[in-house]
Amino acid sequence: MSEQHAHAAPTGFIRKYVFSLDHKVIGMQYYFLALVAVFVGMFLSLFIRIHLLWPEANLPWFGHIKPEQYLTLLTMHGTIMIFFVLTTAPQSGFGNYFLPIQIGAPDMAFPTLNMLSFWTTFVAFVVMLAAFFVEGGAPLAGWTNYVPLSAIPSAGPGLGLGEDLWIVSIALFCVASLMGALNFITTTLDLRARGMSLFRMPLTCWAWFVTAMLALLAFGVLLAGGILLLLDRNLGTSFFVPGGLNVSGNLSFPPGGLNPGGHPITHIGGSPLLWQHLFWFFGHPEVYIAILPGMGVASQLLSTFSRKPIFGYKAMVYAILAIGILGFLVWGHHMFTSGMSPYSAFAFSVMTMAIGVPSAIKTFNWLGTLWGGRIRFATPMLFAIGFVSLFVSGGLSGPFLAQPILDISLHDTYFVVGHFHLIMGVAAIFGIFAGTYYWFPKMFGRMMNETLGKIHFFITLAGTYAVFMPMHYLGMAGHLRRYSQLTELNYLRPLMGLQEFMSYAAFITIAAQFVFVFNLFWSMKKGKKAEINPWEATTLEWTVPSPPPHDNFGGVTPVVNHGPYEYSVPGASKDYIMQTDPATVTAH
Amino acid sequence: MGLALLFIIWLITLSSTYYFVIQKWAPLPVASANGVAIDHHFTWTYILMGIVFLAAQLALGYLVWKHRDRGQKVQYSHGNTTMEVTWTLLTAVLFFGLNLSGEKIWAEARFQGAAPGAVQVEVTGLQFAWYFRYPGPDGKLGHTKPELEDASVGNPVGIDPDDPAGKDDVVTGTMYLPVDREAELVLRSQDVIHSLFIPAMRFKQDAVPGLMIHMHFTPTKLGDYEIACAQLCGLGHYKMHGMLKVVSQADYDKWLAAKVAEKLSQ
Repeated sequence: MSEQHAHAAPTGFIRKYVFSLDHKVIGMQYYFLALVAVFVGMFLSLFIRIHLLWPEANLPWFGHIKPEQYLTLLTMHGTIMIFFVLTTAPQSGFGNYFLPIQIGAPDMAFPTLNMLSFWTTFVAFVVMLAAFFVEGGAPLAGWTNYVPLSAIPSAGPGLGLGEDLWIVSIALFCVASLMGALNFITTTLDLRARGMSLFRMPLTCWAWFVTAMLALLAFGVLLAGGILLLLDRNLGTSFFVPGGLNVSGNLSFPPGGLNPGGHPITHIGGSPLLWQHLFWFFGHPEVYIAILPGMGVASQLLSTFSRKPIFGYKAMVYAILAIGILGFLVWGHHMFTSGMSPYSAFAFSVMTMAIGVPSAIKTFNWLGTLWGGRIRFATPMLFAIGFVSLFVSGGLSGPFLAQPILDISLHDTYFVVGHFHLIMGVAAIFGIFAGTYYWFPKMFGRMMNETLGKIHFFITLAGTYAVFMPMHYLGMAGHLRRYSQLTELNYLRPLMGLQEFMSYAAFITIAAQFVFVFNLFWSMKKGKKAEINPWEATTLEWTVPSPPPHDNFGGVTPVVNHGPYEYSVPGASKDYIMQTDPATVTAH
Repeated sequence: MGLALLFIIWLITLSSTYYFVIQKWAPLPVASANGVAIDHHFTWTYILMGIVFLAAQLALGYLVWKHRDRGQKVQYSHGNTTMEVTWTLLTAVLFFGLNLSGEKIWAEARFQGAAPGAVQVEVTGLQFAWYFRYPGPDGKLGHTKPELEDASVGNPVGIDPDDPAGKDDVVTGTMYLPVDREAELVLRSQDVIHSLFIPAMRFKQDAVPGLMIHMHFTPTKLGDYEIACAQLCGLGHYKMHGMLKVVSQADYDKWLAAKVAEKLSQ
């Protein structure tokens, strides 16, 4: 089955490192694209925090930040982080590199599609950055890009060419993600080695598999929405733009714009809420696209470093599936104040609370895995434990927002910002860090420095909590998000001190990330040589050399005899049994 | 290392909880009828989620310290079905119970329109201001037209001069409401989406161009309450604010009569 997908190792530089068909190279390309993107996104957030601390400051490039530039910063920060970091690194990066190896395949099912998918994502990123440099600058409509603000060029700065580039970039990203999703699903279903039944897959593979299904169903909807919005903006259609608008005295858009018949363009009958429905039908599953791979990594690491099987493997699988399915039925909880019917708000609210149940199962099972284990505190494990803590903290603000009657006060406040940063921002980033420290030896054949890793962990954990926990206090006090100044409303003034504290915490946290980057590149050259299986883990990537050869298994197709988390099996000679160990090793 | 983890997780948990409990940065005091029930439900959610937060984080810190590698024997186990079923059911009861008890307040606030006799106010959002329109003695709002909307000629909401119902309409930049009487708001927007947020009333509702959205609430305390825009609407979003003045019925009648007289004399 899998032999036909193997291809000869390339020899030239271009085919080996640039237009490579090797899933491992493509995985690293995605990873480093995300690394560049996360630094762009982080610097944008640095400017946001500087502006909130010193509104009059003069910054390099931006100079004095004007209100519209502040909105541009947060729009581009959100967009770049969500699409080019949180969607790109955990799924396309690590998934590409390790899904085929963990299931015993020589490559992804469609290597050429895989390459195309990466380079489409790359072009999307370039187009997104280009929005900064065009006339009017990057858009200010927020990452949610609500219509009509995003549909009418005269509604604000950056809503001309910059906004068009934003939409084109997102559309390209959607196309790339659809190609990637198809590849992941086919690979998982078709290329598993003999003995690798679905219920012997590591939970990382389950997470990537379900994430790919979410991506396949969600990105198509956003793509359609983006194309319709481009038509509304440029060809005078009215999918989203209603009639009767008067934007600063302009009644037709673009002002004086003519349709092909020579008449002024007048929109009629479009629905701004339609955009919100399409956007959130994508947007909510997107939250799980960002976090599920992190859950997979956390499960894998908690078991490995506790030297104990994962608690309730099947329950974990069913919980991932339940989260995936329910994730498509809750998008309306972003729209409780939108003017949507109050009856549908009720239904969305109940479905949203239902997601709390599988989420709680996962948390309990992680704690159950630690219980009675023998925990080794290597840096990857620290980040996995941090992930659990952040998942709990970020998750428990969910039931507030899931209830429409409470969401009314909290919607569009910092409470929401704190909630999603903890759960889909920082928790997902902790998943990425955990994966990086864990798989680095396999990817580069060297170990990362443990001391630097631990320094990075403790500052980042305390720092991110210090930035994002106070956002809940702000939100409860009614502090609205996307406000470039707090001076206009009297009730916001007492909250400025807390904003200042968060800014200082952010500066320290951002500084600590340079420890990580230094460790990453220094260890590539100078790190201690890694053995094949430095963490004494059981899954298939730890049976091949570090880094693995071109076709992963040296032409041999592995045979799987065990589940993925056989640690400390009574009677076994060592405290772990590889998935490929002979079946006779133990009865399990 | 286990002790360091225990220390930092507990420190984060307990210090976060401390500030949640003392409520140094509290919401504005509630000043609307159903706001009291909302705050009550908020408190319940707060307590229950707080207990789960404390329990889970303290357990996490304790477990990683307790089970640190000291060469001990590992309890080989793939799970425990009874425990899993138990905590799944407990979580389901907690979450659904909490949710359903809150939906009652939601239904009371939203499933029915305003009662007859409520004060009628039309709220219009535009970049970057709120306008409030009251029907005069005829009880009817006049027609509006987008092409007539122009604040510089004193007609920000575009009242059609040809419609007699609009002659006595009063348009203001400050919202006045009589205390202890239900107010029915009709929200609309001229350009992009705005959101009328009155924190003390526990009220927030988007104003969406193309839609007329009906909402209602009852202010219960005299006073001045700030109004903000909660939905990103452009570069002036942060300064799109207004004021709600809740006054006695007598003061409200006096104010409206004066405004109508002023309007009719123009």
